[in-house]
Amino acid sequence: MPPAAPRSGDAIFASVERVNAELFTLTYGAIVRQLLTDLEEVEEVNKQLDQMGYNIGIRLIDEFLAKSNVSRCVDFKETAEMIAKVGFKMFLGVTASVMNWDADGTCCSIVLEDNPLVDFVELPDTCQGLYYCNILSGVIRGALEMVAMKTEVTWIRDMLRGDDAYELQVKLLKQVPEEYPYKDDE
Amino acid sequence: MAAIYSLYIINKLGGLIFYKDYGSKGRMDTNDSLRVASLWHSMHAISQQLSPINGCSGIELLEADTFDLHCFQSLTGTKFFVVCETGTQHMEALLKVIYELYTDYVLKNPFYEMEMPIRCELFDINLTQAIQKNRLLSSLNQLC
Repeated sequence: MPPAAPRSGDAIFASVERVNAELFTLTYGAIVRQLLTDLEEVEEVNKQLDQMGYNIGIRLIDEFLAKSNVSRCVDFKETAEMIAKVGFKMFLGVTASVMNWDADGTCCSIVLEDNPLVDFVELPDTCQGLYYCNILSGVIRGALEMVAMKTEVTWIRDMLRGDDAYELQVKLLKQVPEEYPYKDDE
Repeated sequence: MAAIYSLYIINKLGGLIFYKDYGSKGRMDTNDSLRVASLWHSMHAISQQLSPINGCSGIELLEADTFDLHCFQSLTGTKFFVVCETGTQHMEALLKVIYELYTDYVLKNPFYEMEMPIRCELFDINLTQAIQKNRLLSSLNQLC
């Protein structure tokens, strides 16, 4: 029996159960506000959001793989396209684009025009260092780590800070394939 | 009638996180099932290195005279394998369904710790339903 063909982001998004977008935005906003109250320091909140995203990402990746039927990506370029076109579409209902590849093909930017996490949000002056959507960088880092890629994900542009789009830089640090303890000298 | 003897789920480190037997034929005590799981994990890894072709993803099917073993490995390293009667059809599709149940009822349970043994009632209930459905479908297929 031939393997099932990979499904497009739109097809999967249409087939899963959806929740009210406002509820999602409000829930995320409540999380960020509570973290700010509990931790007080903006840097701490950024770190905590990244950690939460990481914990989500390590679980989300299997859901992504199960629903989308993709086979192993040939190179990092394909991985980035998968995240932008299928991943973001499937989970957030928005399509992102990939740009600014470096010469080795290990570093790129994922650009989001639309971001449901930040509907109705404005950052006050007291929270100027806050990366409101930092959970997304954790999610990508966690998900890729479970498929043998160590990455660094940072924000380049953030609309809440006055830029014109959301731009995440995803840098592949190294591929860490499964290691088996079959060394001859042990 | 084509039957499933047992189902194993192994985490990426080779530890057994779920074992279920269906009927007395596949039954194994806890120690044996743990041993079988680590053996399979190692054999699966070795098979990738033995393969003359690069990029082999490991053993998918083992056919013996009294049973078949179908294995599915996700890209995250978790292996799902089922020991069944020789000639049982549609096991790959069943393994895919079990993978989806795993992503739903195990991974989305916030109290489930990653790589730890699965103790999720919802997973058990839905798994039983999926196996029964599979059994029903295969017996209907045999009638046709």
